[in-house]
Amino acid sequence: MTPVAADPELVFSDSDWNFETLDRTLAAISDIALNDLKLDIYPNQIEIISSEQMLDAYSSHGMPLMYNHWSFGKHFARDQTLYQKGYQGLAYEIVINSNPCIAYLMEENSMTMQALVMAHASFGHNHFFKNNYLFRQWTDADGILPYLDFAKKYITKCEDEYGFEEVEAILDAAHALMDQGVFRYNRPPRLSEADRMAKLAARAKHEEMTFNDLWRTLPNIDEDDEEKEERQAEVRNIKLPEENILYFIEKASPVLRPWQRELVRIVRNVSQYFYPQKQTKVMNEGCATFVHHYIMNELYDRGQIGEGAIMEFLHSHSSVVFQPEFDDPRYSGINPYALGFAMMEDIKRICEDPKDEDREWFPEIAGTGAWRDVLKNAWANYRDESFILQYLSPKLMRSLHMFAIADNAKETHVEVSAIHDEAGYRRVRDRLAAMYDIGVHEPNIQVTGANLDGDRILHLRHDVQNGRLLTDKTKDAVLTHIETLWGHEVNLEEAPA
Amino acid sequence: MTLSHFIDRRKNPKGKSLGNRQRFLKRARAQIKDAVNKSLRDRSMKEIDKGEKISIPSKSTAEPRFRLDPQKGSREIVHPGNKEFGKGDRIKKPPKGAGKGKGKDASDSGDGEDNFQFTLTQDEFLDIFFEDLELPNLVKRSLKEIKSTAFKRAGVTVSGSPTNMNLIRTMRNAHGRRLALHRPSTREMNDLKERLFQLERIAQPGAEQIAEIKDIIAKLEDMEARRRWAPFIDPLDVRYNAFEPTPVETTAAVMFCLMDVSGSMGEREKDLAKRFYMLLYLFLKRRYEKVDVVFIRHTHHAEEVDEETFFYSRQSGGTVVSTALDKMLEVQKRYRASDWNIYVAQASDGFTQSGDAKRCVEILNEAVMPISQYYAYIEILDERELEVFSDADSGAELWRAYRTFAPAWPNFAQTRIATPSDIFPVFRELFAKDKRRAA
Repeated sequence: MTPVAADPELVFSDSDWNFETLDRTLAAISDIALNDLKLDIYPNQIEIISSEQMLDAYSSHGMPLMYNHWSFGKHFARDQTLYQKGYQGLAYEIVINSNPCIAYLMEENSMTMQALVMAHASFGHNHFFKNNYLFRQWTDADGILPYLDFAKKYITKCEDEYGFEEVEAILDAAHALMDQGVFRYNRPPRLSEADRMAKLAARAKHEEMTFNDLWRTLPNIDEDDEEKEERQAEVRNIKLPEENILYFIEKASPVLRPWQRELVRIVRNVSQYFYPQKQTKVMNEGCATFVHHYIMNELYDRGQIGEGAIMEFLHSHSSVVFQPEFDDPRYSGINPYALGFAMMEDIKRICEDPKDEDREWFPEIAGTGAWRDVLKNAWANYRDESFILQYLSPKLMRSLHMFAIADNAKETHVEVSAIHDEAGYRRVRDRLAAMYDIGVHEPNIQVTGANLDGDRILHLRHDVQNGRLLTDKTKDAVLTHIETLWGHEVNLEEAPA
Repeated sequence: MTLSHFIDRRKNPKGKSLGNRQRFLKRARAQIKDAVNKSLRDRSMKEIDKGEKISIPSKSTAEPRFRLDPQKGSREIVHPGNKEFGKGDRIKKPPKGAGKGKGKDASDSGDGEDNFQFTLTQDEFLDIFFEDLELPNLVKRSLKEIKSTAFKRAGVTVSGSPTNMNLIRTMRNAHGRRLALHRPSTREMNDLKERLFQLERIAQPGAEQIAEIKDIIAKLEDMEARRRWAPFIDPLDVRYNAFEPTPVETTAAVMFCLMDVSGSMGEREKDLAKRFYMLLYLFLKRRYEKVDVVFIRHTHHAEEVDEETFFYSRQSGGTVVSTALDKMLEVQKRYRASDWNIYVAQASDGFTQSGDAKRCVEILNEAVMPISQYYAYIEILDERELEVFSDADSGAELWRAYRTFAPAWPNFAQTRIATPSDIFPVFRELFAKDKRRAA
């Protein structure tokens, strides 16, 4: 091998990576991220994994630990087939909202891709996880991995004790209600896993100290009076209607045994943990994409990466933010990477180089030049819906040629309700924001009552908006699952809100 | 910098999802089996050792969630890429089923109507394929039903046959008892007797000597008595080696491949035969820990050869099938029927010297069938012949001869094949679980 006379400034000049170039690149990236962009991040734990391990991670929500369930095996089987047949590539990275922030890099990536991925995941996503209000309020980055560890062991124990089928039945049923297993508006009575974990740890410690093999009967079958009393107190505190059906079932179900309640709780907690991610796809990906785009360009401007690297970067970057138009066969909705990135670039433009229109629409930020602060404020305090409502500019609607279509199932035609013109900007922006409101595109189903001393029928109500009823394809199957958990009749009423 | 660090996980164990995968396969067992059976029909033999992409109805493994019905109510959606639309334009909806391009979400969650596709590994595929096939007489000597036993040492007992006496243990017990009971030793007695003789030889013993004689005699009598109730070996001391009959799994199988290699068997016929043998081998390999294969080819005389020669070298000569059976019995002496499960697969084009078929049946009846788990005879025809011989009762001499005696032996099967695609169905038919009941 004849070494090419490499520019000493370059952090890497080869497409192959090694730990030395990774270290150098990471140092250069974090210089820009911390000193220029002034990002605020969790410590990074960057793990190099193979493609098989990536597939493994795929199947379990990308988490390094997950309890066992056949549905993860099914996802794995599907992803593996798609990947092996070449229908689908693997993500370049997976990043986990935990402290330290774990990011997976695939070993197949070229050095340029590793740099992109580090900037994207370990700084972009990482900053977002640490600062966005939804994540700060609703998830516990310190506690998630220990909690999943606990969940995995607990479920394995239950399988040993009660058999696969018993455990599977409960998990299947609980999974069907995952979307109805989160607190959307009010904080749960005890969200923080840290308390629970502390309690569990204390219990475990006590058990260790008084260890006796003969008494090893966990998971216990019956709850003692104290636990029952505590649980019933919690049931009494639930104010109906209750939006978190899983929570209600876990506390109030007349038939579940303590270990089954624990399984339901595990599923509910996992669901709650992922809930912020569902609401911030555009922002989260936009933030990460904006950060990697800025950092890679900055590296190039500083002479730390070469021509080849920046070309390779631009190629993958542009495919990430590619947005096919509605009549393109590749079109499958709006690409959150594209929308988020475009909006954030647009904010930067408004801050630095506003037009009159921008001054009119965004008087607080136009021309201030402080795009770093504006973006950081947005990343911290908005979710997709509010972010679009606040920051989608007429210029961007024009350049994406956005238009809104009203579709009433009863009619034979759809109607274009607004387009990217003076009269339509607000309506388009409104409708686009609504598309990211989970409250609008996921059914709003609540527990309205259950007479625990009487007929024990669980009453649910679906608040129907705009006449959008539940699809019959899955309704009955899910209701059957609820009946498994509730043990008695379940009655679902669909009525306009 | 201290804020970040790398961890190389590539060496970590793979297959973290294996447990989940097994749970999934178990869950969708019935559907997967259907899919495997379906795929067998268009599967060529060479693919037997490959994984298989299969597709099962996604309903069976659906994960239902509450969803809003896209066909009901009203909604407003924003799309990019407007070209000519203005506000208030009305666009006719595409006819139902023409695909609105919005189906992504539904199929992603697995509750769509479409099929779920994934790849089974070779092992998984074969396991499912073999699941409802079982060699007929596995019932008789299957792995679960253990036939042969071996005696294993199982400590010592107090009763048993004299041949099993454990001398060391017995003598040790006896010695200990003798010491404990102070049994006078023979030497002690002999010493006293010696002294007695000396004293008796004295012509006129003094009073002192007479007293000693008396004393000795008394002592000797006492000792004799002692020795009588403390014998050298007491029945109490005797120990026997104990043996327990322990069942031994017969986990070895030998497979005899007999093939006619005379001129009438061409490449095509041999190829078909080979595929059949391969499949049988594959099957046995999964059932038994150890499988030996013996290749016997024959023309008018038979010989044991290696695989290469068996399939690829040619020989000229007449055809006497019974020579192969004789040879097989000769080789079989290496494989005791009590230790080995014996399988025989014979392939031929059905021609043999006239009169030889009768002798074959004799050998089979008397020597081969009683020791064999299973005997499969396949007759390889060309396609035209297969049509001619569509009636099972007509055929070449060997075929007809086998037909007559086959009913007596449930572990005998005969069938005809003409093309590779015949093999799989035939194989299933031969080894179908309920074949015996049907026969």
